[in-house]
Amino acid sequence: MSALELHNLSKSFGGLHVISDVSFKVMEGERRLILGPNGAGKTTLFNLIAGDLAPSRGTISLAGEDVSELPTSRRAARGIGRTFQILTLFGGETVLRNVVLASLGRTSKRWRPLGSLDADQEFRASAMEILRTVMLDHIAEKCVSETSYGERRRLEIAMALAQQPRLLLLDEPLAGLSKEERKGVEGLLNGLPRSLTIIMIEHDMDVALAFADRIALLQNGKLLVDGSRDDVIADPRTKEAYLAE
Amino acid sequence: MKSAVLFFLTAIACILPFLLPGNFYLGIATQILVYGLFAVSVNILAGYGGMVSLGHAGFLGVAAYTYAVTSGTYGFSPWTAVGAALVIGTATAAVFGLIALRTSGLSFLMITLALGQIVWGVAFRYTDLTNGDNGISLGRGTVISSDPLTLYYVCLAVLACVMILLAAFIRSPLGAAVKGVRDQPRRMSTLGYNTWTIRYIAYIVSGFVATVSGILYVQIFQFISPHALSLTVSSEAVLMVIAGGIGTLFGPLFGAGVVVLLKNVASAYTDRWPTLLGCIFLFIIIAMPEGLLPGTRRILAGLASALRKGAPRTASLQQNPRAR
Ligand SMILES: Nc1ncnc2c1ncn2[C@@H]1O[C@H](COP(=O)(O)OP(=O)(O)O)[C@@H](O)[C@H]1O
Ligand SMILES: [Mg+2]
Repeated sequence: MSALELHNLSKSFGGLHVISDVSFKVMEGERRLILGPNGAGKTTLFNLIAGDLAPSRGTISLAGEDVSELPTSRRAARGIGRTFQILTLFGGETVLRNVVLASLGRTSKRWRPLGSLDADQEFRASAMEILRTVMLDHIAEKCVSETSYGERRRLEIAMALAQQPRLLLLDEPLAGLSKEERKGVEGLLNGLPRSLTIIMIEHDMDVALAFADRIALLQNGKLLVDGSRDDVIADPRTKEAYLAE
Repeated sequence: MKSAVLFFLTAIACILPFLLPGNFYLGIATQILVYGLFAVSVNILAGYGGMVSLGHAGFLGVAAYTYAVTSGTYGFSPWTAVGAALVIGTATAAVFGLIALRTSGLSFLMITLALGQIVWGVAFRYTDLTNGDNGISLGRGTVISSDPLTLYYVCLAVLACVMILLAAFIRSPLGAAVKGVRDQPRRMSTLGYNTWTIRYIAYIVSGFVATVSGILYVQIFQFISPHALSLTVSSEAVLMVIAGGIGTLFGPLFGAGVVVLLKNVASAYTDRWPTLLGCIFLFIIIAMPEGLLPGTRRILAGLASALRKGAPRTASLQQNPRAR
């Protein structure tokens, strides 16, 4: 079964067509890469899938269910987790607490008006485990505002993992990282369970191409090429789109 | 350290009536508790929820009028009137929240202001029920107590209960969610939090606390008129919150203390007390932009570390007088 299916998805802002009639399927467990020059509409596509933006036309189905009308939080409950291209963290809180808030979001405990959140050992333990996965456990008690950019990029991923998603959307997880830091994140991504469906937007070709099973190429909001990794790499339009940039 | 200070202040509050020279000052102390509670209600929304409301006096007014009409006009018992005021005040918040939360930021400010003015207009114009500009006076027996000392302790007990519950709420998962929605609403919805509902809960909790302060208000003044729910009262509460420390648990109480003291004590010596109030606010904004409570904490911490660092430095100065 397909984990995600987009059907004739379109989005325009006023007269600007940012996404035009995009249709594609992502199978369960697939690693899908989305390529495209800056301004192609990749982030907008993620915003449509996650529910931050309402499509102008078209539908989004998650594991066979049409979620086009659902608000962001309900889609999260159905298993969509995402990272943001522009870091979206709780800067005044500790690294640990960021992850605790993320894992709290998927449980009904988030409605509890009494009882200390920080004292909840269950959340603490599961958050620490996720921090170990992204190699941030040594700075768990550090305030996010005192961490480095590379650490924040990994925390961004940790937040999404804490949601225990079925479909993970990664928006440029390597942006701005040094070579070493990229290696770390690459290892981390390769270590994720194969059952997890991942869609990644990434410009770093070395990492991205090694990661992808299939690739979708966007240009000016249109789906230019969609196919297996090798087909898309070999396709002349791919080269053209990237050379044009 | 923090709990020691808290214990000390609570102890002072408990014995304060016996330290004060007379009922005039006891009355002022009680007013500080009531306006402090009102400022706390504004802070729940503004400080923790990130939504500044300019219409909170409306809730205070709805509660006080409901109490006055139920107990005074219709002669129900004070406790029935308290129940009625709690229900109607909170219900008003639930309805107003539906309207106000359609907006955010500056529009939220404007729409809460408008809602507050509607309540004020009703209090002013619906004279059959509210007695218009003349207001409603409550006689003996229509309030829980007319004894200043009892009123002081009732207000102190209610305030203490609210602060304890609020402290627990802020640390709870839902409290964390309220602050999360204030700081990163987009991330919160991505994480599965229904941001609208969380804001709505914060709005109702805030309205509920304002309702409680309205019930206390009518107990201590035994009088309610449209002036109690004017825009001035709403905006003064916002000033109390900002002056005391927005988003801090106890800051609004300090802000309320400053404003009420100035209003009552300084006004006895000078007609220009609003000017004085303005100057003090200017001073606070310039010297402690984060508010009195966090500002004092920062300055004390600075002093403490300066003293700690200062001690060895003076020692080395004595060893080498030319080292400067
Ligand atoms: N909220 C918005 N309002 C108007 N235009 C937008 C909005 N979001 C994105 N755009 C425009 O849509 C285009 C695609 O943006 P984006 O999806 O961020 O591109 P990418 O992530 O591929 O670099 C850009 O031209 C951008 O200016
Ligand atoms: Mg982008």
